[in-house]
Amino acid sequence: MVGLGSEMVGGGGASVGLLENANPLIYQRSGERPVTAGEEDEEVPDSIDAREIFDLIRSINDPEHPLTLEELNVVEQVRVQVSDPESTVAVAFTPTIPHCSMATLIGLSIKVKLLRSLPQRFKVSWSCAWGWTCTLHRERMLQSMQ
Amino acid sequence: MAAAAAAVEAAAPTGALWGLVHDFVMGQQDSPADQVAADVKSGSYTVLQVVEALGSSLENPEPRTRARGIQLLSQVLLQCHSLLLEKEVVHLILFYENRLKDHHLVIPSVLQGLRALSLCVALPPGLAVSVLKAIFQEVHVQSLPQVDRHTVYSIITNFMRTREEELKGLGADFTFGFIQVMDGEKDPRNLLVAFLIVHDLISRDYSLGPFVEELFEVTSCYFPIDFTPPPNDPHGIQREDLILSLRAVLASTPRFAEFLLPLLIEKVDSEILSAKLDSLQTLNACCAVYGQKELKDFLPSLWTSIRREVFQTASERVEAEGLAALHSLTACLSCSVLRADAEDLLDSFLSNILQDCRHHLCEPDMKLVWPSAKLLQAAAGASPRAYDHITSNVLLLLLEQFHKHSQSNQRRTILEMILGFLKLQQKWSYEDKDQRPLSGFKDQLCSLAFTALTDPNTQLQLMGIRILTVLGAQPDLLSSGDLELAVGHLYRLSFLEEDSQSWVAALEASGTLATLYPLAFSSHLVPKLAEELCIGESDLARGHESTKCSRHVHCLQALSAISTHPSIVKETLPLLLQHLWQMDKGNMVAGSSEVIAVCQSLQQVAEKCQQDPENCWYFHQTAIPCLLALAVQASMPENEPSVLRKVLLEDEVLAAMVSVIGTATTHLSPELAAQSVTSIVPLFLDGNISFLPENSFPSRFQPFQDGSLGQRRLIALLMAFVCSLPRNVEIPQLNQLMRELLEVSCSHICPFSSTAATKCFAGLLNKHPAGQQLDEFLQLAMDKVEAGLDSRPCRSQAFTLLLWITKALVLRYHPLSSCLTARLMGLLSDPELGPAAADGFSLLMSDCTDVLTRAGHAEVRIMFRQRFFTDNVPALVQGFHAAPRDVKPNYLKGLSHVLNRLPKPVLLPELPTLLSLLLEALSCSDCVVQLSTLSCLQPLLLEAPQVMSLHIDTLVTKFLNLSSSPSMAVRIAALQCMHALTRLPTPVLLPYKPQVIRALAKPLDDKKRLVRKEAVSARGEWFLLGSPGT
Repeated sequence: MVGLGSEMVGGGGASVGLLENANPLIYQRSGERPVTAGEEDEEVPDSIDAREIFDLIRSINDPEHPLTLEELNVVEQVRVQVSDPESTVAVAFTPTIPHCSMATLIGLSIKVKLLRSLPQRFKVSWSCAWGWTCTLHRERMLQSMQ
Repeated sequence: MAAAAAAVEAAAPTGALWGLVHDFVMGQQDSPADQVAADVKSGSYTVLQVVEALGSSLENPEPRTRARGIQLLSQVLLQCHSLLLEKEVVHLILFYENRLKDHHLVIPSVLQGLRALSLCVALPPGLAVSVLKAIFQEVHVQSLPQVDRHTVYSIITNFMRTREEELKGLGADFTFGFIQVMDGEKDPRNLLVAFLIVHDLISRDYSLGPFVEELFEVTSCYFPIDFTPPPNDPHGIQREDLILSLRAVLASTPRFAEFLLPLLIEKVDSEILSAKLDSLQTLNACCAVYGQKELKDFLPSLWTSIRREVFQTASERVEAEGLAALHSLTACLSCSVLRADAEDLLDSFLSNILQDCRHHLCEPDMKLVWPSAKLLQAAAGASPRAYDHITSNVLLLLLEQFHKHSQSNQRRTILEMILGFLKLQQKWSYEDKDQRPLSGFKDQLCSLAFTALTDPNTQLQLMGIRILTVLGAQPDLLSSGDLELAVGHLYRLSFLEEDSQSWVAALEASGTLATLYPLAFSSHLVPKLAEELCIGESDLARGHESTKCSRHVHCLQALSAISTHPSIVKETLPLLLQHLWQMDKGNMVAGSSEVIAVCQSLQQVAEKCQQDPENCWYFHQTAIPCLLALAVQASMPENEPSVLRKVLLEDEVLAAMVSVIGTATTHLSPELAAQSVTSIVPLFLDGNISFLPENSFPSRFQPFQDGSLGQRRLIALLMAFVCSLPRNVEIPQLNQLMRELLEVSCSHICPFSSTAATKCFAGLLNKHPAGQQLDEFLQLAMDKVEAGLDSRPCRSQAFTLLLWITKALVLRYHPLSSCLTARLMGLLSDPELGPAAADGFSLLMSDCTDVLTRAGHAEVRIMFRQRFFTDNVPALVQGFHAAPRDVKPNYLKGLSHVLNRLPKPVLLPELPTLLSLLLEALSCSDCVVQLSTLSCLQPLLLEAPQVMSLHIDTLVTKFLNLSSSPSMAVRIAALQCMHALTRLPTPVLLPYKPQVIRALAKPLDDKKRLVRKEAVSARGEWFLLGSPGT
């Protein structure tokens, strides 16, 4: 069961033998984005930037750990490309280990979160650093989730 | 002859008794039972007569009739057991014991009777045991209905309470009998009683004999409790009640240990979260009574289970309970007294923990580093011995690791772990300096802290500051050399500008350490800051404003931060005041911001002085004459207009001085305050300047008499002082003062001074004791208000006066306050003052900072907001309905202000009557009304979803409309309400889901990021509605 950020429904049942990676590297969480004076000014428009997209997906929980994709460095702000005027977003993510069976699920979580959170004008593309292990499976799951 | 007469006499009432008995037994009516009981109580019949009257029905061959007869007797006994004589009790007990053998229909009534008898004080010795024996032998308790089982438990409980010694005489038979009674019990009500009985059996030391395991089995079979109370359960038994009472049983004796510990380990290892939690908590409870002997065989398995839970759990609660259990286990092992030759289990247990966790500490990037550190800290925090054992091992390792790792985030993790271990030490005080485990590491730890402090990375600096603070808190740990170095670092850090985080932390640490080491700070830090302040002065004089300004501000803040010890205040306060004089002497080109910065520092110093009465007085008598002298000098009319003179009289600067004076006055003792008031009030009323330093002014100071605007503005300073005095301090020339204040308050020449005079008047009014003088002041004020409201030039001043007087009276529940509030409400429909009156409600309901504060000893009744709400909201609502269209928004706004400030729990019950008005307010075009209505509705959506769901249609439409309001704040609030709407029952929301999701797509593209953020979270929540698992 995969969840979207705070909407995560815990997958706590995973017991010892099932974890593919029991002691992963942990990265520090970036804090809440500080609110600038510009953001509080009624008149100044704020464009959608990489940090905003990153904030949408960084708190998605990993299916295996009670850790976020950010803490596991599965997603990084530098690997989010966004162009507000052209309405495009590209997200590249790296599962903790190559051939991670959860890669598909992680990719889907990111995709769904962005579909729900971005204006409709945006075109979202996303890619996995290790390549897709199971494309067919992915398509089927995507269909069922939509 | 006489006997016959007596018999006839007795026959009449007994005749009535016969009738009642017959009605009950044969007529199947229940009411006669109470009648009979009442008659027995009043002495009309004896219990013996009742038995005689029952006579044949007690022996009737039909079991239903017998049951009915015994029921009547039992009910009478239940009410009259205190009247029974010993002889009667013996007979009754014999009868009832005998009846236990009777038909099963009779048993419930028999048990009731026995329960009544078990309450008897006159029960002769031996009978309790005999009753229990009979019950154990004759009754198969678990085949009885719940109520009757409960009766049996009550009989046992009653006897245990009053006949403990007799029951103990039964030995283990009693325990065995009870085990049989409760074996198989399923009802939660009965279980609560049964658990209590078992707990008493154990804690009162009844003999368990060979039945320890049986007793354990018969209770532990309920562990872990799995119980969900049925909906609308009238008994109100919660799962938690059962858990706690079972835990009290299981953890009550070490004799259960050999059976319980394997069970707990098994349940921790299970997949069910609640079972894990319950087991860990129970283990924690057991450690309070267990010793090494009980734990010995299970330690390895317990450790394995706890370690696994902490390493791998997804639940923070399980982690927390695991750590708590480890803490208790270690504490338990630490305090057991050992025989000289026995093996110390603590050492081997801790070695085990170290072995499993140590190596993870060397991988500060990896997930398991923190769980390992937490486990070690949980164990180390259990006892000084455990702390020694673990830190002597771990601290060295961590120090080594710090130098091995070079990346900032790795170093930060290591520092944070070290800090965690250091903090644990504060739990114990060591008598002997050399015993302290940290002394050996002192130099290494200090150099570690200093390395971190000099690192460019903010996170490391922060850790360095915190480690330094913890080391400093250890008495006699740091040498004077260490302290000098530390102070040097803190000095450097307090001038950091780029990053406020370490700067704030450094100031805080300076404050904490300065209380412990005042000498180090006054000899190493104060001189440096003084020098810095001088440089700042000469720079300002030369006009290098921008370059040095922030350094100057930092210096002021550092000075106030370290003023945490009286001896330091004696150095910093003169420095700050002298700095103000320097500015005044015209040596500097000072803007208002510099003066305000000095005042803020002074105010912070004043706050730190408040707790110590002597220090407080020192501050008061040093700072206040000085500030007043400066201000008075600045207000002298014919002085050559230097820049600073003007600056000192600006609104913001005076406001800053007001807060210094207020803070320096509130904590004065009444005697000292009385001393001060005799010089300050004459200064303002008579121009008596004798107590001011440097008091050679070119002309007189007469703020009330001559009209010089500058002098009038200083009334604000008078306000700050007199409105902060303790209530019992007598103010000289009060009558004159009040009249003068009232005069100034309605003059329209200078709004600042008239507002200050108004507030001062209100502040004094609030504290003045009720009586004739108060009524006179009020009458004067009301005449002034009414006259002012009628004349054009000073209407707004008169309104302000009315508003503040109303506030002063509302706060103290003065009877006149309702009349004044009504006057204020009347002004809501005034074309000119209406909007101001609406905003006035906000002032009435909010807390002020300068006058009428609790801290300033004003009379503020705790429930004044609720009371104001109850008294005035109906009138406001009525006024709204009656008002013409163009002034309706004023009423809504006034109402919004009242609702907004009201504690939400108070508001909730009033909701149904107000809701329609609030919904109407959502359509009001005023942004303030919209915003306040939304912020009012949002918590109501969360707390009263049922009421709100009746209006779902309106709410959805209005919120969605407002989510495209031109005001950003309204859009945000509307989207937060959209989010809160998801708390309503799902079936109500589902019809709207598609519509809402479509509509919320629009604010996702809002031009403001803060709005988009709310839209994202609201829309995300709406998407999840109705999906499984939510």
